[in-house]
Amino acid sequence: MSSHLLTVITFLPLLGVPALLLLRADDHTWIRRIALAISVAEFVISLFLLHGFDGVNAQYQFEEYYDWIARANIHYHLGVDGISLFLVLLTTFLTPLAILCSWQAIRENVKGFFIALLVIETAMIGVFVSLDLLLFFFFWELTLIPMYFLIGIWGHDRRIYAAVKFILYTMFGSILMLVAILWLYNLAGTFDVPDIQAKLQTGLVLLPSHTELLLFGAFFLAFAIKVPLFPLHTWLPDAHTEAPTAGSVILAGVMLKLGTYGMLRFCLPLFPDAAHRMAPYIGVLAIIGIVYGAMVATVQTDLKRLVAYTSVSHLGFVVLGIFAFSTISIQGAIFQMLSHGVSTGALFLGVGMLYDRRHTFEIKEFGGLVNPMPVLMSFFLFIALSSLALPPLNGFIGEFLILIGTFQTHHAWAAWAASGAVLSAIYLLWAYQRVGFGEVTVEKNRTLPDASGRERLILVTMAVAIIFMGVASPIFTRRMEVSTNNLLHQMERAQNVSRPATPEPAGKQSVISPGPRKNASLTKISLRHVQP
Amino acid sequence: MTPFPPEQLANFHRLAPEIILCVFGIVIMVADPFVQAAHKRALGWLAFIGTLAALFGVRILANDAPGTAYSGLIRADAFSVFVHVIVIGAAALAILGSFQYLDDENIQRGEYYALVLFATAGMGILAGANELVTAFIGLEMSSISTYVLAGFRRRALKSNEASLKYFVLGSFATAFFLYGIAMVYGATGTTRIDVISGKLAQMIVEHGQVASLAILGLALMFVGLGFKVVAAPFQVYAPDVYEGAPTPVTALLASGPKAATFALMLRIFYVSFGSAGNFWFWAIWISAVLTMLVGNFAALVQTNVKRMLAYSSIAHAGYILVAFAAGTDIGITAVLFYLAAYALMKIGAFLVIAHLGQQGEKRLEITDYAGLGTKQPVLAVCFSLFLLSLLGLPATGGFLGKLFAFQAALDSKIVWLVVIAAINSVIGAYYYLRVIVAMYFWEPSKDYVPTKVAPSLTFALAIAAAGTLYLGLLPARVLEMAKAAADSLYLR
Repeated sequence: MSSHLLTVITFLPLLGVPALLLLRADDHTWIRRIALAISVAEFVISLFLLHGFDGVNAQYQFEEYYDWIARANIHYHLGVDGISLFLVLLTTFLTPLAILCSWQAIRENVKGFFIALLVIETAMIGVFVSLDLLLFFFFWELTLIPMYFLIGIWGHDRRIYAAVKFILYTMFGSILMLVAILWLYNLAGTFDVPDIQAKLQTGLVLLPSHTELLLFGAFFLAFAIKVPLFPLHTWLPDAHTEAPTAGSVILAGVMLKLGTYGMLRFCLPLFPDAAHRMAPYIGVLAIIGIVYGAMVATVQTDLKRLVAYTSVSHLGFVVLGIFAFSTISIQGAIFQMLSHGVSTGALFLGVGMLYDRRHTFEIKEFGGLVNPMPVLMSFFLFIALSSLALPPLNGFIGEFLILIGTFQTHHAWAAWAASGAVLSAIYLLWAYQRVGFGEVTVEKNRTLPDASGRERLILVTMAVAIIFMGVASPIFTRRMEVSTNNLLHQMERAQNVSRPATPEPAGKQSVISPGPRKNASLTKISLRHVQP
Repeated sequence: MTPFPPEQLANFHRLAPEIILCVFGIVIMVADPFVQAAHKRALGWLAFIGTLAALFGVRILANDAPGTAYSGLIRADAFSVFVHVIVIGAAALAILGSFQYLDDENIQRGEYYALVLFATAGMGILAGANELVTAFIGLEMSSISTYVLAGFRRRALKSNEASLKYFVLGSFATAFFLYGIAMVYGATGTTRIDVISGKLAQMIVEHGQVASLAILGLALMFVGLGFKVVAAPFQVYAPDVYEGAPTPVTALLASGPKAATFALMLRIFYVSFGSAGNFWFWAIWISAVLTMLVGNFAALVQTNVKRMLAYSSIAHAGYILVAFAAGTDIGITAVLFYLAAYALMKIGAFLVIAHLGQQGEKRLEITDYAGLGTKQPVLAVCFSLFLLSLLGLPATGGFLGKLFAFQAALDSKIVWLVVIAAINSVIGAYYYLRVIVAMYFWEPSKDYVPTKVAPSLTFALAIAAAGTLYLGLLPARVLEMAKAAADSLYLR
C-alpha cells in the first residue's frame, strides 16, 4: 500500500463521487456524512505521508512512475518532497473543515456541491504531487471547473461575473504555460520534471537565455495570476467574496498556493538565470502587493472583501520570500503558505459563520457582537491575531523567516515589507473592533445565537492548528530544510553550467548540497530564535 | 481489354464499406414505398445496421494488407481505415440521433437515411481515394447528398435557405477543385496521388522548381477543399447552412465531411506535393490564423447556440490546420487524433441541441438553456462535457487533440502559430462557458417543459460522451492507431 500511497491520497476523494451519486438527491444528511467521512479518512491517510517521510532525504519520496500515454511520452509520475508534503496535508486538513462549514449553509443541490468539493480536492492534491509536467497541467486545469461551479452556483449576488472572471483569468495564464511546457518538451525531450531538472543541471540541455526568459515568463504569468501578484490580482476579491464559505476557504487556503508552489517547483529550479534576472522586478511587485493589499483591505466596508484583500498582502510576502533566494526566506515562504492557508481559511470560516446568521458581510451591520456571541467572537479574535502574525502563533513564524531571509539579500525590500506587517495589525484589529466591540447597533444582532457544537468543533480545530504551527514550527521547517537547500543548490549548479566561464568545481558534490554556507548557518540561528 | 481485369476483381473487398453502405442505401430506397408511414423508423434502424455492417467492412480492410483497388484508384491502408471509422461512426451516431427528431418534425422518411448512407459512402471514397478524379466523385457524392439533407425540413424557410446556399456555393467550390485537378494533370500528366509526387520530384530535378501550373492547381484544390473543411476565407456559408439544416444533419455535416476532406487534404498536400517541399506552408498558416480568429470572434457574439457551435466548428478547423501546418508525420497523427475527438464531441453537442430544440427547432437561444442543470441534470452534464471538450479542458478528448496539435506544430518550430492558437482557445472558453453559465447559474424558465430523451438518442449520447472521456483519459490506443495511419500514408 505504501508504494501507492500517493495514488490513494490523490484519488480517494474522487471515489466518493460515485458513492454520492448513488444516494438520493434529497438525502442531504447522508450526502453530508459520506462526504465528511471520506475527507476525514483522506486526512488520516495523508498523515501516513508525514509518518513515512524522510526529512534528510532531498529526493522525491513515495515516487510512483508508470506509462500513461507512451506515444506522447507522458507518464504518471508522482512524488513529494519537503515542499509539497505539507501542502498536501494542508489540502487534506482544510477540506473536511470546508465540508463541515457547509453543513447547514448549503441547502440547494447539496449533492453537486459536495461532489465539486471532492473533485477539487483530488485536483489540488494532484497538482502538488505530480512530477510530470503534463500530469501537473492536467490537474492544474482540473481545479478550475469545480471551483467555477462552486462560485457560480452556490455563490452570492454577483457570482456569475466572479466565476467567469476567475476562470478566464486563470485560463489565459495557464494556456501560455501549456505552450511553454510543450516547448520545453521539444528542447528536453521529456515531460518528467526531475529528468528535465537533471538535464538542465548537467548541461545536457542548454537553454539560450532568450528562450529561458520566455519560458520563465510563460510559467511565471500562469503562477502570478493564480497567486495573485499585484497587477494581476483583480479577479481575487470578486471570486473570494462571491464564493460560498467553503469555496473561499479552498480558494484562499489552497488554490492560491498552487501559484506559489509552481514558482518554487518550476520557475526557480528550471529557469534560475531568468529568475535571477527578473527577481528585482518581481520583488518590487510583491512589495507593492503587500502594501497595496493591506491598504485596500483597511478601507473595505465589506468584511469578506477585507479578508480577501489580506490574501493579496500575505501572498506578497510569500512571493517576496521565494524571490529573495535564501534558504530562510524560502522556508519562510513555504511556512507562510501553510499558515496563511490555516489563518485565512479560519478567517473565512468565521466570516461565513457571521454570514450564516445575518446574511450580510457589511461591517456596519455588525458591532458589539462580543456580547451575544462571546465564544465565536473570542475565537475570531484569536484567528485575527494569528493572521496578523502575533508571536507565538503560526503567522509570525512565516513572516519573520521571510523578513530575515530577505534582509540578508535586500535590506530595503525587508524594510518595506515589514510595513505590511504593521498594516495588517491595523486592518484586522480595526475591523475586529468595529464588528466585535462597542454597542450593539443593530437590534437583530442582540439575539444572535452563539457558536453551535459543529461550529465550535471547526473553531477549536483551527485554533489548535494555529497554536501547533506556532509552537511546533521545527516539525515543519526541519522537513522543509533539505528540500529547500536542494532547490537552491539546483539553482546554483544550473547557474554555473550556463556560464561556461566559471568552471565546475572539481570537488565531490554530495547529493544533498549544504547550499551556500552562510545561509545554512543562519538558518540554525534564526530557527533557534523562533522557537519559543 | 476487359473493363475489370481479374486481378483487379480480386481487390473489390477494398471497397467493402462503400459497397455495403450503397447496398443498404438502395435497399432502403426500394423498400421505402412499401413501408407504412407509421413504421418508417424501421428504415432508420436498417440504416443503422448498414453503418454497423460497413464498420465490419472496415474491419476487412484493417485485417487485409494495405493495397490498391480499381487499378490504383482506391487505396486501402491504415490511414483510410482510421478515417473510415470516424466517418461511418459519425453517420451511425447521427442516424441514432435522428429517429426522434424526424418524428417530432414529421419528416420521418426513408430517403433521409438512404441519403445519409450515400453521403457516408462518398466520404469513405474521399478517405481512400488514391486518384484525384475518384476523389472528386467521392466529394460530389457526399456533397450532393448533404445538399438535399440540409433542406430536408422542407417547410422551414431556414432549411430551404441552407440547402440552396450550400448547393450554390458548394458547386462553385467543387468546380474549383475540379479545375485544380485539371491544372495538376496539365502540369504532371497524371491524376494519381502517389504518381504526382514522383513527377514533381522529377520536375525539381530537371528544372529546379515545380511548374507554376501545378502550384496554381494545388491552390485551386485548396479552395475547394477549404470550403469543405470550413477553413477561412472559404467559411462564409457554414454558419447559415449549419444553422438552417436539421440539427442531426448539422451534426453529420460538422464531423463526417470535415474528417473525410481533411484526409484527402493530407493525401494531396503531404503525399502528392510532399516531395516539392512545404511551399504551401504559409497558405495553411494564414488560413489557420484567419479561421481561428473568424470562428472564435464571431462565436463570441452569437446568442443562438446552434449558430455559435457552427462558428466553433470553424474555429476547430483552424486548430486542425495548426497541426496540418506542421508538415510532419507527427502532424498527421495530431490531425487524425483531433478529427476523432472532434467528431465525437461535436456530434454529441449537436445531438443535445437537436433534442433541446424541441419541435420546429424553436428553442435554440441561449436563454432557452437557463436552468437546464436542475431540469435535466444528466443531459446538462453530457452537454457540459462536450462543451468542455470543445473548450479543451483536461480529461477530455478535446484537450489531448489540442495538445497534440500544438506539440506537432512546435516540433516543426511554428511557435507563433501555436501561441495564436493558444490565445484563441481562451477566447473560445468564453462562449462555451457562457452556455454552461446559462445551464447551471441561471434561474430555470417557468414555461419550459422538458421532453423525454429517446432511448436511441441516449445511446448515441452515451457513446459520444464515453468516447470523449476515453480519448481524454486513455488515448494510448487510438494514438497508436493514428500513428500507424500516419506512417501508412507514406508507405508505398
